[in-house]
Amino acid sequence: MSAVKSHPYHIVNPSPWPFLSSVFAFAMAIAAIMYMHGSTYVPMVGFLIALIACSILWWRDVIIEARNGHDHTDEVRHGLRMGMLLFIVSEVMFFFAFFWAYFNAAIPAISFVASPTWPPEGIVALPTWDLPFLNTLILLTSGVTVTYAHHAIRLGDNKRAATGILLTVILGLLFTACQALEYSHATFGFKDGIYSSTFYLATGFHGFHVIVGTIFLTVCYFRTLKDHWTPESHVGFEAAAWYWHFVDVVWLFLFTAIYWWGGPI
Amino acid sequence: MANAADAHAHDDHGDHYPGFFSRWFCSTNHKDIGTVYMFVSMFAALVGGGMSWFMRLELAEPGLQYLTGGAPDMQFYNVLLTAHGFLMVFFVVMPALIGGFGNWFVPLMIGAPDMAFPRMNNISLWLLIAGLALLLISAFVGSGVGTGWTVYPPLSSSIYHPGAAVDFGILSLHLAGASSILGAINFIVTIFNMRAPGMTLHKMPLFVWSILVTAFLLLLALPVLAGALTMLLTDRNFGTAFFDPAAGGDPVLWQHLFWFFGHPEVYIIILPAFGLISQIVSTFSKKPVFGYLGMAYAMVAIGVVGFVVWAHHMYTVGLDVDTRAYFTAATLVIAVPTGVKIFSWLATMWGGSIEFKTPMLYAFGFIFLFVMGGVTGVTLANSSADLVFHDTYFVVAHFHYVMAIAAIFAMFAGWYYWIGKMSGKQYNETLGKIQFWMFFVGVNILFFPQHFAGLAGMPRRIPDYPDAYAGWNYVSSVGALITAVGTMLFFWILYRTYAAGTKAEQNPWGEGATTLEWHVPSPAPFHTFEDQPDMSGKQPAE
Repeated sequence: MSAVKSHPYHIVNPSPWPFLSSVFAFAMAIAAIMYMHGSTYVPMVGFLIALIACSILWWRDVIIEARNGHDHTDEVRHGLRMGMLLFIVSEVMFFFAFFWAYFNAAIPAISFVASPTWPPEGIVALPTWDLPFLNTLILLTSGVTVTYAHHAIRLGDNKRAATGILLTVILGLLFTACQALEYSHATFGFKDGIYSSTFYLATGFHGFHVIVGTIFLTVCYFRTLKDHWTPESHVGFEAAAWYWHFVDVVWLFLFTAIYWWGGPI
Repeated sequence: MANAADAHAHDDHGDHYPGFFSRWFCSTNHKDIGTVYMFVSMFAALVGGGMSWFMRLELAEPGLQYLTGGAPDMQFYNVLLTAHGFLMVFFVVMPALIGGFGNWFVPLMIGAPDMAFPRMNNISLWLLIAGLALLLISAFVGSGVGTGWTVYPPLSSSIYHPGAAVDFGILSLHLAGASSILGAINFIVTIFNMRAPGMTLHKMPLFVWSILVTAFLLLLALPVLAGALTMLLTDRNFGTAFFDPAAGGDPVLWQHLFWFFGHPEVYIIILPAFGLISQIVSTFSKKPVFGYLGMAYAMVAIGVVGFVVWAHHMYTVGLDVDTRAYFTAATLVIAVPTGVKIFSWLATMWGGSIEFKTPMLYAFGFIFLFVMGGVTGVTLANSSADLVFHDTYFVVAHFHYVMAIAAIFAMFAGWYYWIGKMSGKQYNETLGKIQFWMFFVGVNILFFPQHFAGLAGMPRRIPDYPDAYAGWNYVSSVGALITAVGTMLFFWILYRTYAAGTKAEQNPWGEGATTLEWHVPSPAPFHTFEDQPDMSGKQPAE
């Protein structure tokens, strides 16, 4: 905006997206409450779509700025990476609450008792070494493919990187499909007491994060095809990769705690 | 330090303001966003403060006089006290101290041209306003939210609050929480990544340190509240059983999750106040802060220990004796770093050339109130004693002294200290001093007698009480009236400052004010520090 600046930071022009996003978030909150109290879900979905549109336009601006060659200096990219890392830390604390709820219910029923009562009577827990273990392998493999893509970008080989990211996206979709299959085969529903509550909310929120990560990587796939990355500068991909590793690690905790330690007796 | 910045002050070409909508709704400027935060806070303070005056009116004498809505449950009174708590915590103190002063002065004090993520800064502001709107709506939906700000189930479950009001409250906090998390990320990255060359962490002004620690607390505590609120939402609307003992759930789980957030939250409120008071005490004593590093790391220590003391809010739920012994001991540990702060402020003043301007009076007031509340805090930290004090007016007096009124004093101190820099106009010193004394006398008459009522056994969160408590309650309500007049006087001073204030100098406080914000013109131009000052070889900003 101003004529001279000698610092390396990015002075951003005014933008309508934060304000519009907040307006739609507000409207969506009201529509969601109306839906929860018996009204139709249509307005809620409508405002959600508007919110997503705002996000897309916002990120579009960021990508344009990243590509113009002077806004995203080394210092700005350093800040963006730091911001993503902190966002992931806040996400970890979000899952912390669900794990707390789970252990609050499971520990008294498993540990320090003569005969464990977890899973509670009437709940047939999912077999640990079937789909859940397959899903573990899928996610661990996807961690390998995304790292392969990262190394390819560092070497300037965006073709191989695209292959790595595409494989990761496919594995992510496969995970989501397996999870859907698992839910459809579970003999306990969402409303069947504390086991179901902790199981579905924890794994459900994880599944939602997998979907978000998959979308993030899909965007990165198309950006790779357009050669948006250089070996030195590829913050968008790094953020997606970190997010994906975070989702992976959360799953390892879920698998160990819920499917294995608290699994079928 | 002065010359580097002063030399560049004149070539700030930053006064090209965008149009009205663009400037105030689509802003990416830390100063404009900070200003809107300040006004949001003042609006919420009028609403939330007004609610407390209505409650004091009802409590002025025994019997039910005015707030009889929802009898016999007195739901209306409960709605007022709930909204009062939410408003004051989330929409008055946090927006003013962190959103307002933090936004305005963190970049200025570290010599940064703006915040790290200017658009994210603006969505923090507008999500907060959206949250405020949802909260205000909740009071008009059905019979309102009468749960207290702690929202304990089963009172907050659909059995006792079947309408949509509590859902409005939950989503209001979700939006305010998202706002705070994004703001926290923004502050941390700004402070770590954008400091002027040579300004090491150990040279940062203590206000910046306080915002840094606060931002970490926000980042780690608020997502836990978001998780708990999500569980409450699904319990209420989708048939889960997290807090329903009939289906294996546990209402005490809510209390753990809530206070794991809630205790860091009270430090989130008071830490920026610490930082502010350090700047002001140093400025008006014309001395650097005593024990700068100790002051910085005392805040870090308070932040860390603040995460492991949460169950001292839950001594009466049936925790075993070992757990209560631990939480008592851990809580008392906090008195050590807090003592470091208090004594360092006193040592800063010791031998200083003290000038009693309004901000300094408010800093004195803050230290007095905070020590008062701190002493009752040590009392309440003892689990055995707390079994008796729990849910009495003693607790109400304690937390209003230690965090509520103390934080409000810091807000006033900061406003008087920085209004010249923010608006370019200086307040009227005489009126400022009168306003301080009215407020100081008012809040002490208001809250001090509540210790006595509480020790005599008066329960909190009730609109009526036995005649035995009538005397002190009457005194307390008189104090509320004085405080109310003091508040009105503040808004008059605010109006006079903008309408007819004298022009503020670049540095109205003289040699004691050494931090970087006093090296840019008043009002600070739209863009500052387009050339970052070189701070290498300089003393700590304090």
